[in-house]
Amino acid sequence: MKTIAELLAAVPELADAEPVTRVVVPARLEYSYSPGAAQTRFLRALTRRRLVAERCPVCTRVYIPPRGVCPTCGQATTDRLELPPTGTITTFCIVNIAARGLDVEVPYCYAYVLLDGAHVGLHARIGGLPHDRVHVGQRVRVVWNEQAAPEHPEGEPPAPSLAAISHFTPTGEPDADPETYRRWM
Amino acid sequence: MTTVPDPEPPATDEVLSGPLIVEFPFTRSTGPVIGAFLTGLRERVVLGIRGSGGRVLCPPAEYDPVTAAELSELVRLPDTGTVTAWAWNAHPRPQQPLDTPFAWALVRFDGADTALLHALDAPPPGSADPRATRTGLRVRVRWAEQRSGAITDIACFEALPQPEPRSEQDGGPNA
Repeated sequence: MKTIAELLAAVPELADAEPVTRVVVPARLEYSYSPGAAQTRFLRALTRRRLVAERCPVCTRVYIPPRGVCPTCGQATTDRLELPPTGTITTFCIVNIAARGLDVEVPYCYAYVLLDGAHVGLHARIGGLPHDRVHVGQRVRVVWNEQAAPEHPEGEPPAPSLAAISHFTPTGEPDADPETYRRWM
Repeated sequence: MTTVPDPEPPATDEVLSGPLIVEFPFTRSTGPVIGAFLTGLRERVVLGIRGSGGRVLCPPAEYDPVTAAELSELVRLPDTGTVTAWAWNAHPRPQQPLDTPFAWALVRFDGADTALLHALDAPPPGSADPRATRTGLRVRVRWAEQRSGAITDIACFEALPQPEPRSEQDGGPNA
């Protein structure tokens, strides 16, 4: 196969042109997204440093963030409850590639945290310790973001956002008994 | 654990909604043939490539669609051509080439044997205007003012002044 320079050499107007070798082709999808009524309640509560879950009236599983329906039973999750800001890491990964616009240094740890009383893991970053010290069964608690979830709110409440949870950090307690989270990994 | 009523019900139960944009800015290498084609567009030059049987392919291909032979003979083409097929787009979406209704058209450049897909800025099909969108319409490239070596260097096609309708006697220029 000829090179682009060899191909262009045969076209008088283009013999000296700087060859094009790459194009940037953005694949872009613009959604109008609604998190739904249940997650709206969850997000609004986060700005007040509260973790609002919902429970299935049939199987009693507790979901956070709530989606308004139990994916197992197909029932509306009508029971609303608040969970404590503590939980257990049930799985995690180390992120080595920085996402654009994310103000966190790599590598960092991202984990599922099974909040106490919940039956699904909440996704969150783990901080406050070297990333290679994170392990399954570790006990952690929420560190709130002061901007997105002020401790002493004044005036207009901040816009509801998952950014209210800055990250989770170890509590220093002994690891959780695997029997407490084994079913919910 | 017990179910608790919300002691601090939020001021509103309006469901949240907002824009969510998912974007992957792929960078693709063009290869020598498409690279040459895009280099040409940047310089307002249309290039095809010679294929088997002397056929001229535009947009150019790296390999012959019939024999699979490697192709390398670029052919300089004029920036005029003929519409071979079209589809009317009555409701352009954001970031499409034109923000007024237009046609997606296959345009066979003069001297080429295949057609290029692009936008055509012409009156709607069926209108009395002789430049209305139709198969056989004579068109020319409208070059973008800012060109970077991309298919968008062709802003769109626009209708040329159309030849007089062919008469019964002489069979017309394309007879």
